[in-house]
Amino acid sequence: MNQDRARPWLLSAPALVLFLVMLVTPLVMTAVLSFNSFDFYGGIKPTFGLENYADVLGDSYFYEIFGRTFLIALVTTLICALVGTPQAYFLLRMRPLWRSVMILVVLGPLLISVVVRTLGWAILLGNNGVINDALKNLALIDRPIKMMYTSGGIVLALVHVMIPFMILAVWAALQRQDPATEKAAESLGARPATVFRRIVLPQAMPGILSGSLIVFSLSASAFATPAILGGRRVKVVSTTVYDEFLNTLNWPLGAAIAIILLVSVLAIMVAWNRLVEKRFAGVFE
Amino acid sequence: MAILELRDLTKRFGATTAVDHFTLSVEKGEFVSLLGPSGCGKTTTLQMIAGFETPSGGSILLNGRDLRSVPARQRGLGIVFQTYALFPHMTVEENVGFGLEMRKVPGDERRRRIAAALDLVHLSHLSGRYPRQMSGGQRQRVALARALVIEPELLLLDEPLSNLDAKLREEMQLELRRIQQEAGVTTLLVTHDQSEAMALSDRIAVMQGGRLIQEASPFEAYDRPTNAFVSTFLGKSNAIDAHLEETRDDGAVLRCGDIRLAGPPSPARPGPVLISLRPERIELCDAAAAHVSGRVGERIFLGDQWLFKVETSLGELLVVRPNSGRREPEPGETVHLSWRTEHLRILAAEPAA
Ligand SMILES: Nc1ncnc2c1ncn2[C@@H]1O[C@H](COP(=O)(O)OP(=O)(O)OP(=O)(O)O)[C@@H](O)[C@H]1O
Ligand SMILES: [Mg+2]
Repeated sequence: MNQDRARPWLLSAPALVLFLVMLVTPLVMTAVLSFNSFDFYGGIKPTFGLENYADVLGDSYFYEIFGRTFLIALVTTLICALVGTPQAYFLLRMRPLWRSVMILVVLGPLLISVVVRTLGWAILLGNNGVINDALKNLALIDRPIKMMYTSGGIVLALVHVMIPFMILAVWAALQRQDPATEKAAESLGARPATVFRRIVLPQAMPGILSGSLIVFSLSASAFATPAILGGRRVKVVSTTVYDEFLNTLNWPLGAAIAIILLVSVLAIMVAWNRLVEKRFAGVFE
Repeated sequence: MAILELRDLTKRFGATTAVDHFTLSVEKGEFVSLLGPSGCGKTTTLQMIAGFETPSGGSILLNGRDLRSVPARQRGLGIVFQTYALFPHMTVEENVGFGLEMRKVPGDERRRRIAAALDLVHLSHLSGRYPRQMSGGQRQRVALARALVIEPELLLLDEPLSNLDAKLREEMQLELRRIQQEAGVTTLLVTHDQSEAMALSDRIAVMQGGRLIQEASPFEAYDRPTNAFVSTFLGKSNAIDAHLEETRDDGAVLRCGDIRLAGPPSPARPGPVLISLRPERIELCDAAAAHVSGRVGERIFLGDQWLFKVETSLGELLVVRPNSGRREPEPGETVHLSWRTEHLRILAAEPAA
């Protein structure tokens, strides 16, 4: 009896230890750090106060960075949903052979390091990059279009990084649907576009919503892509935290920013989830 | 005039022929069943009529019009899918109204017709529910209402009752027949369940390996099967290998091993044949009157009936007797069997496989 109860705990012990050591400990230490104080001569002092939070929340500079970060994440999510949903549907309708090939194409990018992919984007988007050179050679433009170090460039690269997650989420939802529902709609007189809008899309919605959740939270905390494509000029929250830690050496302030990011992303996720559950209660399992 | 006519309809998937020169016509108001074992091409036939598969050959005529170039959405057929295929994100009312919406039926009339269709299937009180909040039988009715509300010329049903449990299936059979007759809609049902086909249809088309084997009323198909497959697929039957020795106007002479049997007049030629004898047509009698005697091997109680397996010199014979409360033979007992000559059916012998 006693042994029976202990077994699940024993079996999950390695995972629990890993979780505690690798995730909870640094998180707690970051939280503690965010309450400490810092000055340029004395360094970090083990005091306890809210002045770091007051600094961040009282400075319009940080508001701008947070605003930009969430805007980039939001636009990335929207584009991923708009592009990824039809793509997942086409994948579903493909012949098995082509489907395997296309799934590899979609998931392939996940196998390559984000840094490598983003550097690729930097080569494409730079003032003397492939795209601008091509346009100049075609005499379509005479001055390069600025794409590096813009929010637009970051969004573009983030969409590329994040879209597999959206496609996978929508794909999973579409696979749960009964393919006969599309035939039923067709037999009742619906055109293909109507079938997609009225029958497929609503059934894919749970997948789109959960995909959005993943893409949004990953984009809001993405580091490598905005670091390479945005540099110092287009700062987002994660690159700001990095700078506070490694350049200014103001660890407590960096920790406070990180905690604010964490809490706000969590809050957005929970609110979103609530909304979705309320909207679709009763309709889907 | 026939509403639906299938002429030499054929469908090949690569090397396999799923439907093979299938010809059938369905009259207005008729209830016809396509009956056959799994994989015989029933669904494929239905899918071609519905417009979801293109025939490899032959033609489909609806009211005399060739459907070859008519897309599924313009055929105006009511279809009930095996999985029901209800739209999970729409209420019952929205599901039923979808076809009317696609036909741009104005709001007032739409509401009236939805209400009438739900009334027909006795579901008016659940119009606001979502499909997953309903039982299998209720979903089944919603699917029927959704197919009937567009007033189709032809209703196609693909194994509509196979997802229901036995008790509910019987109830729904009666219900389906009532609804079909009230709506007066011409219906083509696909099923592998012979009792379902017999209970529901005016006419049964028995299919095997993509071909039409026999087309007849349920009684006729059961009582006068034209081949061994139909006789064993529709109900239980004793199939006895025999040799037809002689046919005369007043009867036939059959030989099974060293037993001679009298048979009904038959157009068959002398030679090897198959005799089909229904278990419920066999009677117990005195030794003197017996055609054959044997020992009861197994006795199975089925509630309203007893089923006996009797070992005889003709092979193992199934005998069914109604449970009327009398004493029935015990396993091991010797019994004497007889039947009326006209209950024997002489069929062409199965070609040796
Ligand atoms: N898309 C397809 N590609 C290749 N073969 C197919 C395809 N669809 C059906 N078949 C074959 O055609 C034959 C008939 O299939 P069909 O689905 O019509 O059978 P069915 O009579 O409806 O059987 P069941 O009672 O099991 O539903 C089967 O042998 C099946 O393997
Ligand atoms: Mg089938």
